[in-house]
Amino acid sequence: MAILLNGSPMEFAHPEPVADFLTGLGAPATGVAIAVNGVIVPRSRWSEAMVDDGDTVEVLTAMQGG
Amino acid sequence: MALTIGSLNLQSRLILGSGGAASHQVVLDVLQASGAELVTVALRRFRPGSGSSSLYQDLAGAGATVLPNTAGAHTSREARTLAELGREALQTNLVKLEVVIDDRTLLPDPIELVDAARELVAAGFEVFAYTNDDPALARILADTGVVAVMPLGSPIGSGMGILNPANISLIVELVDLPVILDAGIGTASDAALAMELGVDGVLVASAITRATDPVKMAGAISLAVRAGREAWEAGRISRRPLAVPSSPFEGLPDFNLAG
Repeated sequence: MAILLNGSPMEFAHPEPVADFLTGLGAPATGVAIAVNGVIVPRSRWSEAMVDDGDTVEVLTAMQGG
Repeated sequence: MALTIGSLNLQSRLILGSGGAASHQVVLDVLQASGAELVTVALRRFRPGSGSSSLYQDLAGAGATVLPNTAGAHTSREARTLAELGREALQTNLVKLEVVIDDRTLLPDPIELVDAARELVAAGFEVFAYTNDDPALARILADTGVVAVMPLGSPIGSGMGILNPANISLIVELVDLPVILDAGIGTASDAALAMELGVDGVLVASAITRATDPVKMAGAISLAVRAGREAWEAGRISRRPLAVPSSPFEGLPDFNLAG
């Protein structure tokens, strides 16, 4: 399936819950936020909310900044 | 003497900005050397393959409170998006609100800033508002319900120090909230001056992280903040145009005595 991840087109094997999607990306367990199709998915919904074919996904984390 | 900002209680009046450091390790090293308890971070896209260790985890592990900023926002809407992402990522209601007019000056856009402050306060954020050295704007921001106003000394990263000390003093006098001098600090004496003007704290990033020896500068600025605070509490003498003798005129000898 094709998704737009952080502005770049990417191919993934199949739809999966947000939690598994983030684990697959190698994202740290804390300090990460994800928005799917312009809507932030709260941590409490990571195990049920899905990343599906055609979705636009933003994954953000804390970086150095003043 | 502790500093209370919203729900935060800080022993150190130095707030560290993590931007500009050569590595995560430098951030952790200057954090320790500075004694700062509050550290700002920016929210940016995660790069897959960049490893699973995170700046947030490193800072939290070192005992710091992490303050996400909205750096990169040019409008109220962009700032609110970044604030919401920061709240979700770091599980905190704290946010350092930055809305700039352009990328050359990074000066706050007062119209967008006030709008974003109102919206974020209404959404339950504890807003640290990065603002111009304008006492009127500082008052307007204070009235929105932010927890701290953070006037700049001079543009971010410029190292030009405090260009308008009289305005910083006026902000301290007019605003009944913690005032944090943010941006423009170049070296330790700038931080001491800020504290001597009566601000409650100083946020320093580039002056520490881009110094030749960041750890040494972190220690120097930490000392300057403490010295400046104590000088403010001690109450400086007033300025006057003519000398006031510190030795008495009375009791002078006859200057015609043989030498």
